[in-house]
Amino acid sequence: MTLAFACEIVLAGLLLAIATWTIAARTAFAAIAVFMVYGLLLSIVWVTLSAVDVALTEAAIGGGVTSMVLLGAASALRGSKGAVPSLSLPFKITAGVLCALVSAALATVVFFLPDVAPTLAPVAKENLAASALGNPVAAVLFVFRALDTLLEKVVLLLALVGVWSLSSDRAWGGVPELRLYQSPSPILVFLAQILPPIGIVVGIYMFWAGASQPGGAFQGGTVLAAMWLLTMMARLQDVPSTSARWVRLLLVVGPMAFLAVGLAGFYFADSFLAYPPSIAKPLIIVVEATLTVSIGVTLALLVAGPPERVPQQ
Amino acid sequence: MSSAALYGYCGAILVGLGLYGVIARPEILRKILAFNVLGTGVFLLFGVFARRGAEAGLRADPVPQALVITGIVVAFSATALAVALLIRLNKETGEVVLADDSAESGEQGVRQ
Repeated sequence: MTLAFACEIVLAGLLLAIATWTIAARTAFAAIAVFMVYGLLLSIVWVTLSAVDVALTEAAIGGGVTSMVLLGAASALRGSKGAVPSLSLPFKITAGVLCALVSAALATVVFFLPDVAPTLAPVAKENLAASALGNPVAAVLFVFRALDTLLEKVVLLLALVGVWSLSSDRAWGGVPELRLYQSPSPILVFLAQILPPIGIVVGIYMFWAGASQPGGAFQGGTVLAAMWLLTMMARLQDVPSTSARWVRLLLVVGPMAFLAVGLAGFYFADSFLAYPPSIAKPLIIVVEATLTVSIGVTLALLVAGPPERVPQQ
Repeated sequence: MSSAALYGYCGAILVGLGLYGVIARPEILRKILAFNVLGTGVFLLFGVFARRGAEAGLRADPVPQALVITGIVVAFSATALAVALLIRLNKETGEVVLADDSAESGEQGVRQ
């Protein structure tokens, strides 16, 4: 057994222990704090699985932004009074046994995986040159399976429409209330002054490098969203009104650019979302750049939640 | 046992753990959290399939990786929507509550 494998066993054990803690923790705040650590550990696992793009996404979105949304919810629900329904022990034991069976079935599947794993890696590698991108994962996302990526952006926007529609009638089009930190501490304000210049550069670099190295629009957009949220939480910047023209424009510019390039593919290449080979790379860069902005704004507003303050006329 | 298989079993256990949390934790917020754990288990299984499909000089099959990236973003969208629904439900009925965490409320009082 090599040292690397021993480390992986420790990492896997730690991951399972932390996951159990997340489920078993007594208070919601503790569970969410542990879930953040879980997201970071999981991204290390993704690195050991040679999936650095996924590791970046997991750290940024899975661990980071998801935990922020959950923390916001936990502090919003804090004041509510009432009894939590308690479940009987036999119910819990039955549930535990059934879940263990599900795990056992999946483990059996893993054990009996075919020796020669089915893979699309050779096909992806073969067509990588034609995609004008150096990073095979980015090539799958923006060229080979561009439709998935386009629809995923639509899902993000639909989720935001869903969140906004949960505002009261009076507050529709108003300003979201960022629930975390009603009164920012001096440390938060200091961080919000120091970090954004660095964060914005990192975010743009991640998108730019994504063409040939791990990174890309999602990861870059998440970093930009985090920086924006940081300044808004520290009250250095106002939360924008959800009916502001520029907010709406930034939300849709990425998906619209992607859709426009896709439709142009009918005329200039042979099909929907096909790029003319001579200008494929610049087109993809433009689409990725606008998507980075749109993803950043969408994620930040998803975290901010439904509008609660009435719009000022 | 290869490291891919190790993480495969790990993913299988995470799915079971998450599922248990979804069923056996009464608070809805904890169910949403558990659902995210369940999701990471599924994603990890995808990662294992990607790693096993390493060929042609690539260290992992890029297609499952791209699927997982899409999956993480969609899981986040669903979580954000579920949380917004939960908070609205709480405002309407006042029924959705967290387990007693009065031990903590002293230090967290500033957030009220």
